[in-house]
Amino acid sequence: MARHVVATVDQIPLDQRLLVQVNGREIGIFNVGGEYFAVGNRCPHEGASLCKGRIVGLVEATGPGDYQYSRRGELLRCPWHGWEFDLRTGRSWCEPDRTKVRSYDLKVEPGGALIEGELRAETFQVTIDKQYVVLEV
Amino acid sequence: MSTVELERPRASNYKLRVIDCDIHPAMTSWTEVHPYLERQWIEHLTVYGSHLRHAFSEALSHPRMSPDAARIDAYPEEGGPPGSSLELMKKQHLDPNGIEVGMLIPLRWNPGSQRNLDLGVALTRAMNTWQVERWVKQEPRLRASVLIAQEDTVASVAEIDARGGDPNFTQILILPKTDEPLGRRRYWPIYEAAVRNNLPITIHVGGTNGHPSTGGGWTSYYMEEHHSVAQTMQAVVASLVFEGVLERFPELRVVIMEGGLGWVPSLNARMDKHWARLRSEVPHVKKPPSEYVREQVWFSTQPMEEPATSAELIDLFDRIGWDRLLFSTDYPHWDFDDPRYAFRANLTKAQREQLLYENARKFYRLD
Repeated sequence: MARHVVATVDQIPLDQRLLVQVNGREIGIFNVGGEYFAVGNRCPHEGASLCKGRIVGLVEATGPGDYQYSRRGELLRCPWHGWEFDLRTGRSWCEPDRTKVRSYDLKVEPGGALIEGELRAETFQVTIDKQYVVLEV
Repeated sequence: MSTVELERPRASNYKLRVIDCDIHPAMTSWTEVHPYLERQWIEHLTVYGSHLRHAFSEALSHPRMSPDAARIDAYPEEGGPPGSSLELMKKQHLDPNGIEVGMLIPLRWNPGSQRNLDLGVALTRAMNTWQVERWVKQEPRLRASVLIAQEDTVASVAEIDARGGDPNFTQILILPKTDEPLGRRRYWPIYEAAVRNNLPITIHVGGTNGHPSTGGGWTSYYMEEHHSVAQTMQAVVASLVFEGVLERFPELRVVIMEGGLGWVPSLNARMDKHWARLRSEVPHVKKPPSEYVREQVWFSTQPMEEPATSAELIDLFDRIGWDRLLFSTDYPHWDFDDPRYAFRANLTKAQREQLLYENARKFYRLD
């Protein structure tokens, strides 16, 4: 496991995403209401570029016609077959134990902490007065 | 206890070699066919539009999973609907997926279902030429389908005979939602022309005949309707068998395109059972129905059932016949199948090559 500084927070605006390459892997980083999540870009079903899919919420119902919409922006839907993946866990909604996308640990850290620690900033020159998204791969 | 496969096989090391039997080309704009349409019909489309047997001109009977029923990564950067850019089709599909030959199935305008038969006939002619000029001549991997306005049998036969000798065309396309079931005698001259021109009939999901989308009536949900393609295709196969088409035209080859596979063994078993008891009602059907299906009907793989175990899928292929399966992707539609991952089964290299390539090569006589 190594830590990689992949972006500054202002490079991933609210409810937007950024696709990065780390050690040859494509990883999507999502800003969901100010929280950051990272998942692999390969749909485990048939291999589509998952992170290009729509970001949606969770639709549930207690019965026909009685819809609830929650968790706005926390689900990612595959651009091909529509599988819904939970950005928090990488699990798919319909087959959570069987079909899941790799999810990665992310932290937001101030530039000062990065410089004081022993991290190498691989993608960006780290300056002290900014907030950085740090990915653990 | 059965084994659940958590991971499907990774992309194999050998180079993919694929014949894709179902690619949907689109027009950037309607005016793309104007050069091939008579002035009268250009004006007709401008003034009146097209007219199908359902409400809401140009709409589908149900909303689709995605706009344009498309993969959302298939929109060309330069604009236009998915399937309209040859460059993107090459970059996104033909090149990376090893497509050596791709069969075009244009669906726009649904010419076979036009209420105005003459408009339908004019559109099929124009779209047939458009496929050759806009696609096949620009990309040697692609082949065209002869579109026909099947409710006008005379015009359909003329179009089949006109295109029959042209190697750019590999099949005749019919959408299964016809005015009457496809086995009815009004359509027989089409089958006769198909045999005469040595072209298979491909029956691809679609058409708007005004009848409810399922045998049980109109559905509320897209998902509910989406399954109905299997019912529709079963009705088509039963009609071709029991109305006597497959007996009358033993050289006729039929592809059921995009209708699924899981139902085939059960339909065969039911038809055979009923034939053993009710044969005297249809004495023109001389063999058990499954024999006609086994000899004259092929099935495309997408959208394939995805059973939980490899063994179930292999059993299904055993029952249908491995040589009756033609691989298709449905590019650029939302339920596209990637040739590397479409078969959730432990196939041998030879089986995989048969499904992805060899069967179609033989079927379409591509040598």
